[in-house]
Amino acid sequence: MNIIAASGKGGTGKTMIAANLAFAVSQHESVSLVDCDVEEPNLHLYFPGPVVSVPVKTLIPRIDTEICKFCGKCGEFCNYGALSILKNNVLFFREMCHSCGGCRIVCPEKAVTEEEYGIGTVEIRKPSTHLTLFSGVMNPGEVLAPVIIRRAKELGQSGLTICDAAPGISCPVIEACSDADFVLLVAEPTPFGLANLRQMTELVRLLEIPAGVVINRSFGRDAVIHEFCEKEQLPVFLTIPFSRGFAEVQNGGSLIAREFPEWEQKFRALYTRISAEVSR
Amino acid sequence: MKIAVVSGKGGTGKTTVSAALADLCQGSLILADCDVDAANFGIVFPAEDVVSEPYAGRDVVEIDSDVCIGCGKCEDVCRFSAVQVIGDAAFVHPLSCEGCGTCMLVCPVSAISRKKMVSGEIYTGTTEKGPLVSAELFAGSGNSGRMVHEVKRRAFSFAKSDNLIIDGPPGIGCPLMATIGGVDAVLMVTEPGVSAVHDLKRLVVVCKKMHIRMFAVINRFDLSNQQVREIEAFCQAENIPVAGKIPFDEHVVAAVSACMPVTRISCPASDELSRIRAFVSDSMKDS
Repeated sequence: MNIIAASGKGGTGKTMIAANLAFAVSQHESVSLVDCDVEEPNLHLYFPGPVVSVPVKTLIPRIDTEICKFCGKCGEFCNYGALSILKNNVLFFREMCHSCGGCRIVCPEKAVTEEEYGIGTVEIRKPSTHLTLFSGVMNPGEVLAPVIIRRAKELGQSGLTICDAAPGISCPVIEACSDADFVLLVAEPTPFGLANLRQMTELVRLLEIPAGVVINRSFGRDAVIHEFCEKEQLPVFLTIPFSRGFAEVQNGGSLIAREFPEWEQKFRALYTRISAEVSR
Repeated sequence: MKIAVVSGKGGTGKTTVSAALADLCQGSLILADCDVDAANFGIVFPAEDVVSEPYAGRDVVEIDSDVCIGCGKCEDVCRFSAVQVIGDAAFVHPLSCEGCGTCMLVCPVSAISRKKMVSGEIYTGTTEKGPLVSAELFAGSGNSGRMVHEVKRRAFSFAKSDNLIIDGPPGIGCPLMATIGGVDAVLMVTEPGVSAVHDLKRLVVVCKKMHIRMFAVINRFDLSNQQVREIEAFCQAENIPVAGKIPFDEHVVAAVSACMPVTRISCPASDELSRIRAFVSDSMKDS
């Protein structure tokens, strides 16, 4: 089973929910936790430990200017503006390249070969017997987040996988949600949170993935979220109140399920609810 | 002066800070919301007379199933797993397709064509503080970096002689880089938590690569003193001025719920935001 924690808005508590859920479940069974927020991965901060790093590479063109006749076909083909052909030179803008491999195919002289280029890593940690963490980490300045997400998910594939998605509704989130059995939408009970929950709900409907909601940092005034969830027939599984105590626990790199036994229970119960929804 | 409010980590208070800076600005002003995945600036400053334009920023391929012979060459070359032969014809998954056109190169029967896909709407409207350029990415439309670029381009075309405040996206990937290219400075909103501090450090790497002037703001600073010291030490080492430290203040929560800038309420957070604005504008004048 693949469970994804997601939200349109950033900072609603996706990482916190994914980490607590994985911690609570891993007290009894094996879990893979995958950090799909490769621009800003944070799960490892809550599960420190020795690391094994697997490099993530992509293919970029290498043009042999001895063979190249500077005909310009590759530059014309490249839809991302990564190749610019001058009279007797070829300029390659690596950050524009999407690694599609088309330039190699289109070259009539076979002057284009491809070589590997590192854009990030997947860091693997084993913080406890039943928990393995796979963190996708994109090198700053790179843009091909989906490639790293795909690799982290491949390595982390197991009987039960919990993924922490990036904020938003665009390509990194769509990549994280591919193959998902359930999306856990983390909502903040504010007008911002509601607006972004609405967009995220549209996305999970489009992807046809069942979803449920966790309300985070509640001040006890969550009517707007509940009304929306009722209308959309989204179950609300759990409400986590705002508390300075909780904020301190998380800010310091710990988890409420680790510090408070009743919260370990609540996250276990959340997992039971999700399993029931998935097998329905 | 063109300022982008960014953070690395989401939810640190970018929109709250952007709205406060805009509210405190006296002269003419342009607002832009570059968080096209989750645009919220317009919730605080509702726009009137909004002109909405579809944005077709993304290419996808189409396969004519009448012409397709199902040979599978397209599926073999596609690096994005976007094409799949089912039965005797190939089909495209539009969510996965990156529009590169490599499949078109290998199709023996020219069954594949490329078209522009509308991936969202760009809005230009008038708020009480000045024009607001924002956008809404349609769910599942992929690439938001190009759309951010378009929002910023339009805001810049307004902003020739004015002040521009951009409410930026979280992260350090394409939307962020599209947001900060060409601005005069970024205001990085962080908070004293392990995640936010980690993300700030990665954000600084990207801003340095792009040679953008940086200021830091520590939000909800009184939730952990030890990490505030770590942030301050980091900023000092990186030569990044800390423009201010905003306390945790329930008035901020109330202002967000009421969809208004917190600077309209007299409270500790609001006082600090006034000082932050003064600090940034004085520093920019000096140089």
